[in-house]
Amino acid sequence: MKQIYLLLTLSLIIGIGALLSTRFIEPPLGEGDSAIHIFNWGEYIDPDLLDQFTEETGIRVVYETFDSNEAMLVKINQGGTSYDLAIPSEYMVEKMQERDMLIEIDHEQLPNLEHIGEQFLGLDFDPENKYSVPYFWGTVGVLFHPDKTDLDFTEWDMLWDESLRNEILLVDSAREVMGFSLNSMGESLNETDPDKLDAAFQKLVELAPNIRGVVGDEIMQMMINNESIAAVIWSGSARDVMWENEELDYVVPEGGSNLWFDTFVIPETANNIDGAHQFINFMLDPENAAQNADYVGYSTPNDAGLLLLDESEQEDTRFYPTDAQQETLEVYKNLGLENLGIYNELFLKFKMNLE
Amino acid sequence: MKLTGRLFLIIMLIVLYLPIFYLAYYSFNSAGTMNEFESFTFDYYLSVFQDSRLMVILMNTISVALISSVVATIVGICGALSLYFLKSSKIRASLLNINNIMIVSPDVIIGASFLILFTFLGISLGSVSVILAHIAFSIPIVVLMILPKLYEMNTSLLDAARDLGATPSLILSRVVLPQIKPGILAGFFMALTYSLDDFAVSFFVTGSGFSVLSVEIYAMARQGISLEINAISTMIFLIVLTIVLIYYFLSTRKTVKRGDLS
Amino acid sequence: MRRLLFIPYIVWMGIFVIIPIGLLVGFSFFDIEDNLTFSNYREFFSWSYLQMSISSFWYAFLITAFTLLVCYPLALIIKQLKLKMFWLFIIILPTWINILLKTYAFIGIFSREGLVNNLAAQLGLPELQLLFSDVAFVIVGVYIFIPFMLLPLFNSINSIDQSMISAAQDLGATRMQVIRKVIFPLSIEGVKAGVQVVFIPALSLFMITRLIAGNKVVTLGTAIEQQFLTAENWGMGSTIGVFLILFMMIIMLFTRTKSKTIGVGRL
Repeated sequence: MKQIYLLLTLSLIIGIGALLSTRFIEPPLGEGDSAIHIFNWGEYIDPDLLDQFTEETGIRVVYETFDSNEAMLVKINQGGTSYDLAIPSEYMVEKMQERDMLIEIDHEQLPNLEHIGEQFLGLDFDPENKYSVPYFWGTVGVLFHPDKTDLDFTEWDMLWDESLRNEILLVDSAREVMGFSLNSMGESLNETDPDKLDAAFQKLVELAPNIRGVVGDEIMQMMINNESIAAVIWSGSARDVMWENEELDYVVPEGGSNLWFDTFVIPETANNIDGAHQFINFMLDPENAAQNADYVGYSTPNDAGLLLLDESEQEDTRFYPTDAQQETLEVYKNLGLENLGIYNELFLKFKMNLE
Repeated sequence: MKLTGRLFLIIMLIVLYLPIFYLAYYSFNSAGTMNEFESFTFDYYLSVFQDSRLMVILMNTISVALISSVVATIVGICGALSLYFLKSSKIRASLLNINNIMIVSPDVIIGASFLILFTFLGISLGSVSVILAHIAFSIPIVVLMILPKLYEMNTSLLDAARDLGATPSLILSRVVLPQIKPGILAGFFMALTYSLDDFAVSFFVTGSGFSVLSVEIYAMARQGISLEINAISTMIFLIVLTIVLIYYFLSTRKTVKRGDLS
Repeated sequence: MRRLLFIPYIVWMGIFVIIPIGLLVGFSFFDIEDNLTFSNYREFFSWSYLQMSISSFWYAFLITAFTLLVCYPLALIIKQLKLKMFWLFIIILPTWINILLKTYAFIGIFSREGLVNNLAAQLGLPELQLLFSDVAFVIVGVYIFIPFMLLPLFNSINSIDQSMISAAQDLGATRMQVIRKVIFPLSIEGVKAGVQVVFIPALSLFMITRLIAGNKVVTLGTAIEQQFLTAENWGMGSTIGVFLILFMMIIMLFTRTKSKTIGVGRL
């Protein structure tokens, strides 16, 4: 029995010791300390910028991470932590705003907002940018291995080609998958007509033999390892993959696709609203935006920042599409819970049709 | 037969450790990814120690696991004993059912309901909520590990002790607890295992800047997991392995001295 | 004394089990627009969900059966070793490395240009399509559950009186006979406990259905996760959860311990 008492006591002491030791590694916030709580995707910001921000303003950054928009929503909604700043995707901004979870952003405190390209402001999900400021943006397209297929994926329909048996990876997301099926039929990816949605679903079922798997973020590692010839994927992820595997190419098919944004928002629970504004403005500074884009690899909406990046990057129309290309892209509209339910249900049925 | 047995054990160990060696191998890959080994580097190990955020998260993870396992073990012992001494087998069966619900519930449900629970009770998210949650989901497995040991206990031992005039607390500490020691140990280690393995529950109940390793790892998935995580895992693994080997070494020496081969 | 022991356990049960179950059952009667309804239950009996339940049960059965098949001999072998606790610990240790990381390693091991296919190529075998197959799903499932099955099994096998086994052997029983006629019946409680801690969690496995099976296997757990985290339909997610709890109770009923030796002790 002595062994057990010893084991338990020792464990408790080491455990409490470890907990206390964190106070020395990173001193806890005192009463007078100014800090902002940021809730962001993992590895989605250059950590050097966080340090630099603290140096410049004296505001400490407490940084927490989430792995999906929906999980973030649950956490913020329950209000256990007062996050001062979060970085959801655009469709989530609309949802949060509908639920009165966001605070209006004071543009006067954001002189650097002028650096954001005009085409990224005033979009449907937040017409006056009252609640959100774009952080990164991108498209949905096909990442593929040009040496292993003759197809160039300028049309969505090429995914249905018989040469791709068991060779396509899809992202595990209802809107994206239903969206490209709708686009391939010349419909909008914001379609709500049940017949058209059902037709899109039927078309997806025909795609089933070509599907190697429907996966989440692991799709990146799999494409790096040449696990399949083609993948339907977000441009940001495609970009990351292409850094590791230079044989791959990315294209946005012509039939239309999705234009997405990740944006800064200030949740209603925020304590340090001034600090949050300062941070947004800091990140909007062209040099910082460029440094961050260089680290993260996604497309920056910061026009002045973009000019500071390598020229080869600025002119890469795969990730910075021309205005004409952008014409064909659509931002997701909030279709309401009921319609989204139909999307989710059809997508689940599609997955159950995979063999 | 003995040889095939040993062979089977060795094969199983290889299979069980294969993914871990795989992770450890790539933690030395200078290419920064888990494919195509480029050249050997210690960079990721060094950067773990320079990254104070990661160090804090590592310490948090260790302390949550240890503290929650100790408390869960103690409550679990109480639980197993009270179930064992219950007279009504009907009540026992239903209590045991409730106990098992926690083990079999999907993590997402547990996590989401704990989040609601904590906000309802006004417990702010942070170290306390995470430790409480981990204690909560570890208790049932401890109970389940100890209970069979109690059933195997010879009840005449208890009667004998009582006849000899031992008080209940004396019976408990001198007769019962020593009998169920292996169950307690197993329960403690399973609690540690559950705690270190958990992601979903932790995600929902972390907050106020307090985070644990698994939450960090999952959040990294979108951008690709950095090899520092491989490095941390390899280190944790080696440290624990060393402790176990030392234990092994000490106990073999002891047994040889005593000439006791059990 | 007994009361004192009971208090912490009951308090835990009340706060962390009963209340959450109450919440779960409560949510299950609300649809996505917060209307009180039975529609979630109707939905659960629709063809899609029945199909999903059947396939979940099938895979959970396979995983449990193979885990048992692997762990039983393992437990027997460990029983015969010196320093059993040490070996047991060595087997549990890999569980301490985060499951997502290990799954990533498995993706690397099973992938087209991965470890297994490299080995196969060297042996002149054709390329195997392991990743995104149900075989891979079952293998990883078994891998995950080995420690959870092994512990209760070992606990009960280890407590079998060695003299029983010796007696059987002295009476001329073969090795297999000893295992079948003596050891197995005496360890049946451990088998039941092992099945309990593996089967239902196997029904609700979620992450590896996506990572290893590419969503070609859709389990109830996947559906719950989707309903909670993607569709935000907590009502439907809770309903599936309620059914999982019901399934669990049924399984507990089937693997119930005969209450003859229990509850005789008194403090």
